[in-house]
Amino acid sequence: MSGHSNYEPKYAATRWLDTRLPIFRFTADFMGFPSPRNLNYWYAFGAILSLCLMSQILTGIILAMHYTPTVDAAFDSVQRIKRDVPFGWLLQSMHAVGASMFFFAVYIHMFRGLYYGSYKAPRELVWIIGCLIYLIMMATGFLGYTLPWGQMSFWGATVITGFFGAIPIVGESLQQWLLGGFSVDNPTLQRFFSLHFVLPFVIVGLVGIHIWAVHHVGQNNPIGIDVKSEEDTLAFHPYYTMKDAFAIAVFLMIFALFIFYLPDALGHADNYQRANPLVTPEHIVPEWYFLPFYAILRAVPDKLMGILLMFAAIMVLFVLPWLDTAKTRSMRFRPVARWFFIIFLLACFILGWCGARAPDDIAIPIGDGITFKWLSRIATFYYFAFFIPILPILGWVEKTKPLPDSITKAINEGTA
Amino acid sequence: MAQMQSHDDEQAEPTRRDFIYIATAATAAVGAGSLAWPLVAQMGAAADTLAAGSIEIDLSKLSEGQQIKVLWRGKPVFVRYRTPKEIAEADSVDMAVLPDPQTDDERLRANPGGTLNKQFLVMVGVCTHFGCIPVGEAGDFDGWYCPCHGSHYDTSGRIRKGPAPDNMVIPNYEYLSDTVIKVG
Repeated sequence: MSGHSNYEPKYAATRWLDTRLPIFRFTADFMGFPSPRNLNYWYAFGAILSLCLMSQILTGIILAMHYTPTVDAAFDSVQRIKRDVPFGWLLQSMHAVGASMFFFAVYIHMFRGLYYGSYKAPRELVWIIGCLIYLIMMATGFLGYTLPWGQMSFWGATVITGFFGAIPIVGESLQQWLLGGFSVDNPTLQRFFSLHFVLPFVIVGLVGIHIWAVHHVGQNNPIGIDVKSEEDTLAFHPYYTMKDAFAIAVFLMIFALFIFYLPDALGHADNYQRANPLVTPEHIVPEWYFLPFYAILRAVPDKLMGILLMFAAIMVLFVLPWLDTAKTRSMRFRPVARWFFIIFLLACFILGWCGARAPDDIAIPIGDGITFKWLSRIATFYYFAFFIPILPILGWVEKTKPLPDSITKAINEGTA
Repeated sequence: MAQMQSHDDEQAEPTRRDFIYIATAATAAVGAGSLAWPLVAQMGAAADTLAAGSIEIDLSKLSEGQQIKVLWRGKPVFVRYRTPKEIAEADSVDMAVLPDPQTDDERLRANPGGTLNKQFLVMVGVCTHFGCIPVGEAGDFDGWYCPCHGSHYDTSGRIRKGPAPDNMVIPNYEYLSDTVIKVG
C-alpha cells in the first residue's frame, strides 16, 4: 500500500504464498504502517467508525432476518423484534442507537479533519472520498429510518422525497419514479429496504479506498507538518492499535449507556405510532444528525432555494480543499482562523438547535425576540461565509505562527 | 504489414475493419441501453398502482361547515362544505396578493346543471411544500395551516403565506349527479 515493504517471510510455506498471493505481506505492512508519533485521541475516530460500520452491518443483517418490508407488516415486525425475538431488543437497539453513534463519530472525525487541515494537499482525495462516504451514510440513515413505518418514518420519507418534486419540469415524474407511485406507499418501502441493505456495502468499498488513500499519502497529525524521518513515526501496531482500543472502550461505554438505559432517547415518540397517510404529526423533525441541514432548508422562504441551499451545504465540503488557500495545515498555528473555526462549530450547533424547534418560536428574548427562523438565517449565513469568503481570504491575510522543524523536535519541546 | 499500410495512407477510404469496429460498438451501445432502460423503468408506478384510479364521493352526507377526508391514490382528498362566510372570504380576495393567482370559481367544477356549487370545495389535501397534510380551520386566513413548515392557505385552499409555492391541487373530478362526485 505504501511503497516499500519490510515483510520477510520466515517459512517455506509463507514464502510460497508470498510469491503467489502476498496477503501476509499486505497485513504486515498494514499493521506496521508508520504513523506520526504525535497523534492524539481525536485520531481514534477512524477506528471507532470502522467498528460502527461493522456493528451496523452485523446487526442489520440479523434484523433483516426478522423484518418484513410491507406496509401492513413492517411496524408489527419491528415491534415483534423488540418484544419476541430472542435478544431482538438488544440487536434492534444496537442498530438504532448505533446509527446515532455512527453519526456522532463521523461528525467528530470530520471536525477533526477540518481543524487540523487534513483536507489539504496531498490529502484532497482522502477528504473527498470521506465526504462521499458521509453523503451515502446520510442516504442510508434516512432509508433505514423509514423501515419501522411509524409516523415519523412515513412523514420523513414524504418530506424528503418531496425535495425531488421541487425540481423544475422533471420534478413530479422524478418523484413518482422514486416512490413507485403517487405517494409514499408499499413500493416505496420495499425499494427503501433493498437500498438500505445494499448501500452499507458501497460504504465498505469506499472506506477501503479512503484508507488506501490515507496509507498512500500518510496520516496528517495535530501540528500538520510532514513526517521528515523515521523517528517522527511509530508503527501502527502496537502503538495506535492500543490507543484506538482504549478509545473504543470508552466509546462503547457511552454506546452501552444508550443501548441499555436510553434506547429511545435519540428517537422520536411519534415513531411508536403506526404510519398514517391521513394525519401529519404536529411537529415533524428529522433525526438529530440531520437537524442542521433541516434548519438550513427552513431558513429560506422559497421551496426550491431551500433545497438547493441545503444540498450546497454538503457540496461545499467537496470543494473545501481548494477554498482554503492557507499553506499551514493545522489551526494550532492559525490564530485567526482558529476563532472563525470555533464560531463555525457554534453555528453548526445553533443550526441543530433551530432545526429541532418550530420556526416562529422565540429563540432569544431580546427586544421583540429573535425567532428560530431568524437565528437559523444568521447561522446559515455564517455557515456559508466560513467557506466563502472567510477561508480563502484568511489564507492570504493571516499571519501564521512559526511551524516546528519536525514532529520529534516539537515533542521534545513539549509543543506537539 | 496491414497496420503499416493503413498508417501510410490515412486519407484512404474506411476499411472493412473500421466498419466492423463501429458496427460492433453501436450494437453494444444499443444493447446496453436497451438493458439499462428496464432496470431504470421498473421503479416507476406499476400498472396496478396506476389503475387504482377513481373513487366516488357522496356529498349529501356533509352538513354545513363539515369536512371529510377521503383517501385517493394514497393521498387525502378534502371535501369541505363551506359556510357563507368562508365563501365570501374566498371571493373577496384581491388577486394581486395571491402568490399563485386563481379565482375561487376557477377552483370549482360545475354540476350537471352547469352551475357552480360554491359551498363544496374539493381538493387534494396535501401541502404543496413537502407533502404534509394541512390542518383545517386554522392559520391566518381561516382555511388550512400546514404544521410542518408553516404554510397558510385560505378558504379556497390557495397559498397565502409561508414556504409553499402553489395552491393546493384540485384533482380531476366531475359531478355524476347533484350530490355525487367522481374523483380521478
